[in-house]
Amino acid sequence: MTHTPHTTVETSSPATSVAVDVRNVSRIFEGKKSSITALDGIDLTIQAGEFVSLIGPSGCGKSTLLRLIADLDQPTAGDIHVFGMPAAKARIQQKYGIAFQQAGLLPWRTVAGNIALPLELHKAPKAVASARVDELIELVGLGEFASSYPDQLSGGMQQRVAIARSLAEKPDLLLMDEPFGALDEMTRERMQAELLRIAAESGAAVVFVTHSIPEAVFLSDRVVVMSPRPGRITGIVPVALSRAATTNAEALREQSDFFAAVTAVREELHGVPAAPTARGVDLR
Amino acid sequence: MTAALTTRSLRAKSLSARVRPFLLGIVSVVLLAVIWELYKFLGPADGFSIGKLRVLPRTTDLAMPHVWDMVERLGGPLTGASNAIPLWLAVLQAAAMSLGIAAIGWTIGLVVGFTLAVLMQRFRIAESAVLPLVILSQTVPLIALAPVVRVWGSRLEFGSFEWESWMSVAVIASYLAFFPIAVGALRGLQSPDLIHEELMRSYAAGWWQTLIRLRLPASVPYLLPALGLGAANAVIGTVVAEVSTGLSGGIGRMILDFANFASSDPAKPWAPIFGAILLGLVAAGLVSLLGLALGRYRRAEVNR
Repeated sequence: MTHTPHTTVETSSPATSVAVDVRNVSRIFEGKKSSITALDGIDLTIQAGEFVSLIGPSGCGKSTLLRLIADLDQPTAGDIHVFGMPAAKARIQQKYGIAFQQAGLLPWRTVAGNIALPLELHKAPKAVASARVDELIELVGLGEFASSYPDQLSGGMQQRVAIARSLAEKPDLLLMDEPFGALDEMTRERMQAELLRIAAESGAAVVFVTHSIPEAVFLSDRVVVMSPRPGRITGIVPVALSRAATTNAEALREQSDFFAAVTAVREELHGVPAAPTARGVDLR
Repeated sequence: MTAALTTRSLRAKSLSARVRPFLLGIVSVVLLAVIWELYKFLGPADGFSIGKLRVLPRTTDLAMPHVWDMVERLGGPLTGASNAIPLWLAVLQAAAMSLGIAAIGWTIGLVVGFTLAVLMQRFRIAESAVLPLVILSQTVPLIALAPVVRVWGSRLEFGSFEWESWMSVAVIASYLAFFPIAVGALRGLQSPDLIHEELMRSYAAGWWQTLIRLRLPASVPYLLPALGLGAANAVIGTVVAEVSTGLSGGIGRMILDFANFASSDPAKPWAPIFGAILLGLVAAGLVSLLGLALGRYRRAEVNR
């Protein structure tokens, strides 16, 4: 956890040191004939500044859990607190930034206009907003494209704009639902390194949904492994990569610790005899 | 990555690409004139009938004047009087009056149609209650509606305001215009992707902010064709309503009046018909200008 300095800094105020607190949460989707238990008895605590990945096969409820934390959906039972307040209140107070698998940019707005959207909505002063937008465009390395429209950008660039947008209001919590899922492998690895840098610089906690084991291990302090039907947490794998030892992402991916953690997550995923094949999981 | 960066702008078309539609338009008009003359030359003078049903029109000068005769007649005087204005000017004046009424009708239709669409988007119950009525409204024949509107209008009185018969025509035009606008705007307002709606929700944006920042801009690609249809409907509504309310001065009434000259001056009745066509083209052109101004909202979102 060497790349999360804020965990230690913020323990002085215990009320806010927990970013996300999920208590005995379940979510049941009622159908006409049958109901589906997407999540069942989920308990999870995420510290401020911590990077946590949710991993599991399709249908394990990892995206549902993220949506519950974001208050885009409400749990059937249980409580979710974000920075000590109910999820709905946290959403209204803009405690998190969110990015989805699709960039979801507004096609009629330029790169700068898209990043400025949340700032405009919350009536940030013009000068402050434009300074922040410039800063974010530099952060994601799109300096030349500030006045380009989304259809002029590649998928990876669009996704970077979406991430910049999610950071616009300096949230202490980033919620990301497979944000790199649609990218090619090379772009993806570069974006992962950039995300780590951005998360470290901003000190934000990150909840990251993925179905790629190496991605989860590379990014996370802890990997939460989930299983489907009903969606449950089967195990939590702590990842202790010696990130301080190397600034080189390539080298990090080749450490033995990295492979050990990948193996641990993989075993956790396959470990349940009832579910021998974890379909939909990227084992690369 | 750089290949995707070529600036593709709606405005950055080459000159030839811009001129082409106009050339094609002229070519199609010429082609129409050629077909007209060709049929007039080749077709049987009495047309062709199966039993009593005439399937091909007569080709006499009375039924189908030569193209050049019709054009020449436009240059001639309106009437036999010595101080008569040229026919083309009279037609243009009538068309201008009808265009003005149609524009007012279109504007009313836009306001009413859009308001209905926003209400239907906001309240699902309104959609299920109002939409069938909106569709039903279009099944009422215009001819039946015109006298009703005129009678109701003439009873309106507040202060010095007085209902004039052109207002009845504008109301009837708006009645035809609001329908495609309401339906198109509703589709447009409902068009944003779930991801965009959830994004706005994550920003704790209210209904009004979501409408202004998301739904309105997203509705533009749906709204523009609807506005074009609305304009065409407003023109048709104006012409027909002029006839059925008996409003004089517009192109509709002129078509009716000039029909009397079919045997004595066969090229003359065609003049207001050309005027009506011109009216439709101008209305469509004005709406497409609107489309140019809103080009930014018509960008497709590719490879999200």
